[in-house]
Amino acid sequence: MNLQSIIDQFQFKILTEPRNFTEIIPRGGYASDLLSCVMAGAKPNNLWVTLQAHLNIVAVAAMLDVAAVIITENAQPDVATINKANEQNVILLSTPKASYEICGALWDMNLR
Amino acid sequence: MSPTKSQTEQEKYGRHRPVTDRDAHEINRIEELSYDLKVHEVMIANVITTTSDVPISSALELLRINRISGLPVVDNGILAGVISLEDIVRAMQKNELGKSVSEYMSTQIMTVNSYDSVVEAIKTFSEKRLGRLPVIDQSKKLVGIITKGDITRGILLAVERDYKEEEVRRYRASHLFEDIISDRTTLVLRYNIKVGDFTHGGNASSHIKRALLRLGADQQLARRCGIAAYEAEMNLIIHTTHGGILKLEVEPHRINIITTDDGPGIPDIQMAQQPGYSTASDKVREMGFGAGMGLVNIKRCVDSIELESTVGKGTKLTMRIAVSSETLNSKRD
Repeated sequence: MNLQSIIDQFQFKILTEPRNFTEIIPRGGYASDLLSCVMAGAKPNNLWVTLQAHLNIVAVAAMLDVAAVIITENAQPDVATINKANEQNVILLSTPKASYEICGALWDMNLR
Repeated sequence: MSPTKSQTEQEKYGRHRPVTDRDAHEINRIEELSYDLKVHEVMIANVITTTSDVPISSALELLRINRISGLPVVDNGILAGVISLEDIVRAMQKNELGKSVSEYMSTQIMTVNSYDSVVEAIKTFSEKRLGRLPVIDQSKKLVGIITKGDITRGILLAVERDYKEEEVRRYRASHLFEDIISDRTTLVLRYNIKVGDFTHGGNASSHIKRALLRLGADQQLARRCGIAAYEAEMNLIIHTTHGGILKLEVEPHRINIITTDDGPGIPDIQMAQQPGYSTASDKVREMGFGAGMGLVNIKRCVDSIELESTVGKGTKLTMRIAVSSETLNSKRD
């Protein structure tokens, strides 16, 4: 399942620059708002589900090479965060839904 | 939204986590390649095709001459169907080889997109038990055909290419340490970390990760060092009086990451190393820091750590990582 079809299915808002999302194949996911837990638990190419939206999520996402960050409950990153994400090739997505709901649906889609 | 109370409680209790960064690398390279490789990279682009209006006998002739078992049927550039030997056998049984291809071709055809990962084709092959898949582009035009054999060949070629790239990388990395003659060469990178500078938090460690990749470290080594450096960097930003220095020392067979600061120092080093123990403020916790997992994460990523601290004077954290001779190699085995 490529990232484009996941974005389409969930109607995620793409906050960072458009890319060829069909080329990105996420493998599994990780959900936490504690950055150190993410550092410990998230694997490369995971989707990271969080409601943190501040600048430091970009560094974490870039370090771990996650496929994309899904920011839940409409938490809005500021311009600096989005700029930095573009700089570091980190994809930021946004959804009004809660993390629990997103994770459940991703799990159902066999993204495990 | 700020984190809920339950999260804070969770932080207090801490948790134990297995080594996860390494797990990621258990995914073998072949599997990874099936994600990395795109269909258009392994497909056969010059497809022999037929049209739907020709007699089945001429399709059979094409199959025979080219020694293949199926043909995409293309009308005006658009894929209309596939005619295979099985379809032709059916026509033969009814003695209808003179009828047009359109009467016997399969029109319910599975296709794969040229920009899809090879893994998508593999999935379709295993689910549908097909021998070949027509490849179409975004405008649904037929651009190629792919068989299991093409995938195997593509992956083998990629493995070989990988191997060569790896050789070149090692060669480059070894140069840095081989061309500069000394009894002991160390590359030192220093980063000044300001206290409270969350805006640039993680910049130094991402530079460290990139530097190590350029020096020829593999992804896993670079990520391990990056994570350790990140946690140490954030500690300087969150917990120090005036910030501190993050230093990376690279030698052919080891990497040291060292942070130093001038205070306030850690009163209880034992306690500081407990998973889940944190002295971070509520404000910092709201940003997702202060899980009390920093040093735990660091230990997971490096081979040894040394934490020295004097209250009122400062803290020095030394992290050591041994580098196997396969990566960052200076002398060939």
